[in-house]
Amino acid sequence: MDKLNLDQHISRQFNEDLEEIKTSMLEMGGLVEMQVGDAIRALEDADSNLAEKVIEVESRIDEMEMDIDETCTTLIARRQPAASDLRLVTAVSKTIRDLERIGDEAQKIAKMAIHLSEEGSAPRGYTEVRHIGNCVRKMLNDSLDAFSRFDAESAIATMKADRQVDMDYKSALREMITYMMEDPRSISRSMNILWALRSLERVGDHAKNICEHVVYLVQGRDIRHKNPDTRG
Amino acid sequence: MVNKLVTDTAVMLEEKKKPGVAEQSEGMVYPEQAIGMPFVTNPKMSMRNVNVFYGDKQAIHQVSVDIGQNEVVAMIGPSGCGKSTFLRSINRMNDTIDICRVEGDLTLDGEDIYSPKMDPVALRARVGMVFQKPNPFPKSIYDNVSYGPRLHGLASRRAELDEIVERSLRRAGLWTEVKDRLDQPGTGLSGGQQQRLCIARAIAISPEVILMDEPCSALDPIATAKIEELIAELTENYTIAIVTHSMQQAARVSHRTAYFHLGHLVEVNDTEKVFTAPEHELTEAYITGRFG
Repeated sequence: MDKLNLDQHISRQFNEDLEEIKTSMLEMGGLVEMQVGDAIRALEDADSNLAEKVIEVESRIDEMEMDIDETCTTLIARRQPAASDLRLVTAVSKTIRDLERIGDEAQKIAKMAIHLSEEGSAPRGYTEVRHIGNCVRKMLNDSLDAFSRFDAESAIATMKADRQVDMDYKSALREMITYMMEDPRSISRSMNILWALRSLERVGDHAKNICEHVVYLVQGRDIRHKNPDTRG
Repeated sequence: MVNKLVTDTAVMLEEKKKPGVAEQSEGMVYPEQAIGMPFVTNPKMSMRNVNVFYGDKQAIHQVSVDIGQNEVVAMIGPSGCGKSTFLRSINRMNDTIDICRVEGDLTLDGEDIYSPKMDPVALRARVGMVFQKPNPFPKSIYDNVSYGPRLHGLASRRAELDEIVERSLRRAGLWTEVKDRLDQPGTGLSGGQQQRLCIARAIAISPEVILMDEPCSALDPIATAKIEELIAELTENYTIAIVTHSMQQAARVSHRTAYFHLGHLVEVNDTEKVFTAPEHELTEAYITGRFG
């Protein structure tokens, strides 16, 4: 049952309500994607102005989360959605939480960018930030894309990228430790890069969660905490 | 508002050829057997290949399903889908309709319900029924409940009868409300109380199965909640099949839910599954309100 036919309820208002939560969620997703991109750029370019902007926009994401959450609660109270409608509402309500957390991670990266612009840039680690940053941005983009198209297959494919991100994160971690051991004076600055890498890795985890919500939404299967090889 | 809904439904019906919209009748391919889990390992009642006709018109097509011991099975579906007809054929209520004919194997504890040896009155003592509109006898509350036990000779002395009446009324959650006016007419009670009186009357003869045909459709939410609470308690001792138009009610009270569509049993599954991830598109369309 891959088609959700959101627009085919007897009640037109119900169609609109469901469409609205989905659209607002994707709008929030777009803003969060921008935040992650800006935060990474602020870190790479030591651009504290851009970092400040990321921190500022974060509060708007929080507001959006609360708004959509309230709309979901109202919709449950008024419509008692069932089956795919119910799954859509729960998937949206879980996804916006993950998006909000991604927003938090972007804010953390922006804070690290400000530290680095004040303390002077770290000697190494930017390549890793760029690489992992690109991976998780793609994951986030793909997961939201899968949501908007109700595409469980591409959600499952996107999830698999998270393993690579985890591995890249671990190897970046080892590399940063080596630098710090070589040059203990850089520890404080290298730590900022490390925190940023950690945040990016978390963004990947949340994007993976969004993919899990998409699979639940489309197929009604809960694949959380399952062996990745048996998910497909 | 109602008119708007009617127009919308008409539009939906017109547009049934649009891809993605479940078709209403012609051309709809029904599964040969209900998909999901129509059968259980410990059936109390077992129905196989049941067809019901009103004259030439076939109202039920090849329905096969079990009702398990101490289980609540909810039957849902749009009006005219045959769920009440099916329910009524389970305790031979359709016998009273001349043009109605029932085919197939229907058994209660393995005994053929439609066998010539089966006495319909004895059967209905084992398979009780509660109807949509509360229909107490125009007698006292006491007589309403004691009528069945007296008729079936379940009590020989007045004290025994008193006990059955009290126990049944307690079970139905009505005792405290009526114990001081047992001699007053049952018809003087409120709608919700009358319905609980009818349930007390049904359980007074200790049936094994209780069939409920939209028992709450004439009741307010509080009376409905009391009946639903009662259904949950009754499952300890009884097997229940309930026809309801309220999907929330089916979701709340039943273990398994059966979806009927134009005389066909389309899907039977655990209630949880039906309301979160139904297997058949017709079930999905109905419970999400995609056609009327």
